[in-house]
Amino acid sequence: MGDWTAISGNLLYAAFFIYLIATFFFAGTIRDKKKGKSRIAGNIGITLAIIGFITQIGYFITRWIASGHAPISNLFEYTTFFGMMLVFAFIVLYFIYRVDLLGLFALPIALLLIAFASMFPTEISPLVPSLQSHWLYIHVTTASLGQGILSVSFVAGLIFLISQVDQSKRSKHTIWLEVVIYIIAVTLAFIIVSSSFSATNYEATFEAPIEGQQAEITYNMPAITGPYNGELISEDAMSPLFQAPEWMRGEDAAKKFNTFLWALLGGVVLYWGTRLILRKRIAAAIQPLLNKKVNPELVDEVSYRAVAIGFPVFTLGALIFAMIWAQQAWDRFWGWDPKEVWALITFFFYAAYLHLRLSRGWQGMKSAWLAVGGFGIIMFNLIAVNLIISGLHSYA
Amino acid sequence: MKEITCECGHVNPEGTVLCEACGKPVEQNQHIDGNEDKKLLNMRYDGSARRSQTYNRTIIDKIWNFFSSVKVGVTLIFITVVASAIGTIFPQSVFIGGADPATHYKDQYGIAGQIYYQLGFHDLFSSWWYMLLIAMIGISIVIASIDRFFPLYKTLKKQKPKRHELFMKKQRVFGETKSDSIDYETFKANLKKRRFKVYEQDGHILAEKNRFARWGPYVNHIGLIIFLLGAILRFIPAFYVDEHVWVREGETTLIPGTQGEYYIKNESFTLETYDKDNPDDAKFKEAIENQDGPIPKTFRTDAVIYERTNQGVAGADPDLDVIKEGSATLNNPLKFDDFALYQASYQLDEFSEMSFKIHDQDDEDTNYGEFTVDLTDPQSTYELDGGFRIEVVNYFPEYEMQDGQPASVSKYPKNPAFVFNLYPPGEETPETSFLGIGANIGAGENNQYKLGLTGFDTRDVTGLTVKKDHTLGIISLGGAIFMIGVIQGMYWNHRRIWLQPRLDGAWIAGHTNKNWYALRMEIEKSIEGTHIEAPQDQYEMKS
Repeated sequence: MGDWTAISGNLLYAAFFIYLIATFFFAGTIRDKKKGKSRIAGNIGITLAIIGFITQIGYFITRWIASGHAPISNLFEYTTFFGMMLVFAFIVLYFIYRVDLLGLFALPIALLLIAFASMFPTEISPLVPSLQSHWLYIHVTTASLGQGILSVSFVAGLIFLISQVDQSKRSKHTIWLEVVIYIIAVTLAFIIVSSSFSATNYEATFEAPIEGQQAEITYNMPAITGPYNGELISEDAMSPLFQAPEWMRGEDAAKKFNTFLWALLGGVVLYWGTRLILRKRIAAAIQPLLNKKVNPELVDEVSYRAVAIGFPVFTLGALIFAMIWAQQAWDRFWGWDPKEVWALITFFFYAAYLHLRLSRGWQGMKSAWLAVGGFGIIMFNLIAVNLIISGLHSYA
Repeated sequence: MKEITCECGHVNPEGTVLCEACGKPVEQNQHIDGNEDKKLLNMRYDGSARRSQTYNRTIIDKIWNFFSSVKVGVTLIFITVVASAIGTIFPQSVFIGGADPATHYKDQYGIAGQIYYQLGFHDLFSSWWYMLLIAMIGISIVIASIDRFFPLYKTLKKQKPKRHELFMKKQRVFGETKSDSIDYETFKANLKKRRFKVYEQDGHILAEKNRFARWGPYVNHIGLIIFLLGAILRFIPAFYVDEHVWVREGETTLIPGTQGEYYIKNESFTLETYDKDNPDDAKFKEAIENQDGPIPKTFRTDAVIYERTNQGVAGADPDLDVIKEGSATLNNPLKFDDFALYQASYQLDEFSEMSFKIHDQDDEDTNYGEFTVDLTDPQSTYELDGGFRIEVVNYFPEYEMQDGQPASVSKYPKNPAFVFNLYPPGEETPETSFLGIGANIGAGENNQYKLGLTGFDTRDVTGLTVKKDHTLGIISLGGAIFMIGVIQGMYWNHRRIWLQPRLDGAWIAGHTNKNWYALRMEIEKSIEGTHIEAPQDQYEMKS
């Protein structure tokens, strides 16, 4: 039993590094001036991406064998699976349009997702009664596949924006594009900070009143902000700079807030560090590398095609299958649980995207920004709804 | 009706932008689709005459035009999105566990919570204005679909292969070939191989495929409307029953919402948790240890369903026939007739019986008589064999001290307590005592006797939801039609290619409702070996 768990973990590591190497080959496609060499780099890149994907499927199957249920039942497992679906969707769209640049941006996003996932508890967990249904497999995998395909739309939109936004002067476009890059930096910072402190086993324990009772709260990062009315009881830990606001009452609210602050600060360091070295906007620095390779019309079509393919899959998985399961488990197919509401918001958002594009001719820049917004909603539903709002869904 | 006769002889309805047959722009109507001064034609609905673009005089026209506008539709969707998002900031009032919303939001979330409550966001999804938004989206879907489907359908049915020059030139994908060796037959053969339907008129060629993809949006809109109608039907009781019933183990009770027809007996309720020492669960050891409380594995009610056979006999005890024995677990409701029972909640270890004995104040081993109180049906007095009489003065099913007085916080025997009056044989003045779990207080200083708890029985209570839902079929049908429509519209592309013979060669033009890159690839493959030159994409993307 332990063997399968170990094999599964190693396969995930392997997949991670294969994706990483594939990214370098896709990067090679813009460096090589000669067309032939670029072709070879692209072919190696996509081959590696497929090998990585198969390796990750290996992780999925072995973990399934180890736990006795499909590994999609907590935040770690789900987010990892989401990363895998993003790679799968990328591979499919790569073979429709053969855009190498898609790999250069899609794989790093998948890498970030998988690394982000492993910041959460990774042990194999049992299924509570509401999850004991074959609809768990059907609903979660389809919803995740839909989100993965829709995410490719974001990747293509991002390529479009980085290559097309006029960087000669400051504008709303340049600012928002930098915001998107900063958020990516925050995610990276979160991964770096969390894994660094967990490698050093840092602990700071507080005693604080939670719902009228004294409770012990253990931080795994130095406390920038401590719990409201909390008292530090660990000896050699940094004392917090300030208290979390009173309305953060949940047991882990202040702790999550602290982690969030670390990520934001780390993001500032990463982003501004890079920007100071480059001496220009990050997107402005990337733009010249892409310009020769990007056919804006083609990238725009990839972005749209991903929505066209992903929207029905998402609707089927995240709404229809979800409703069938909810009807069975909770006697109502719809209950306005926050996760349900955010799935509906995602559905409405992409429905609006399609209407604006098909009936009002929104293409290019506008469409690309919508694709970015859609991905923002998907990530919000994955992260914020689980960690902050939380409802009946178990991934927390 | 001011009909428009085109130079090709076709008679078009009022409001037509491009002739249905030959595609020639109708001069006075070019403003409708914004074609003036544009290099390319707006081909969105093939220039067909839509009611919303044609009439704007009466109030009905104005309402029609309002709802058929995509801009209005998208705005409604956007408002719904923002409102829904706000509705998830704090829990909805159905999720606050029965607390009073008027104080809960203020207490929990401060001033922001109070504002949230006062603006009605605590019950957003059943508020009148949220329902109004959804209803308006529904109306918009119906009107916009009718407005566009019929004209588009007619236009695509009446189109002719022979197109007007202007139509050809103003297509996004357009190319001129100057050659006298164009191989029309190969071209047609290529197109057919690529599953195009090929039509010819005086040497003009129209190749078309996947026209049905154009109907996808209308099909999915029909699905949505059926879905919404199904949701509305839930307000009618004949279609929809939603009740909740608590059943104690061993107890038989009427199932609410069934008009007195069905009864349920709870044979047993089972709660299993994961156990790290159980070999089957050993793989979850780490997770079980990291979790504060036990992790539940199963909630199950084993039950018997009865049908009443003497229905309508007032006052008579029900005659019950077993119609089903089975169990309800989460994800597996117990179904009978049109109803389904869902495992919704439970209450463990509720008291069912308590037994007492009378003994001397200072000697617990004496015994002057015993009695048992059935907590579902406590008697007012108990006569004991030894001549003692017990009077139940007060019964607190879930006892708690409130302001120094015993009180019951619920009617469920979770922590029962009693005030008894004890009459020794022949006596008229009682001795009063208070008895509960862990509480035994003789009220009188000089009580001679004392009551002691000798035993109790507990049982679990299961909470089941009773559902009858005849709307599910309609709602599923709506969902299925929606999916068919979305897939039809999204996974197939309507493509048309026109070839027009010229004196010095030929013109080629192409149109698709989406994925232009793929259309150009398709054309390039169709013209292989025909000497037709690949057309250009005349579209310039505004970035």
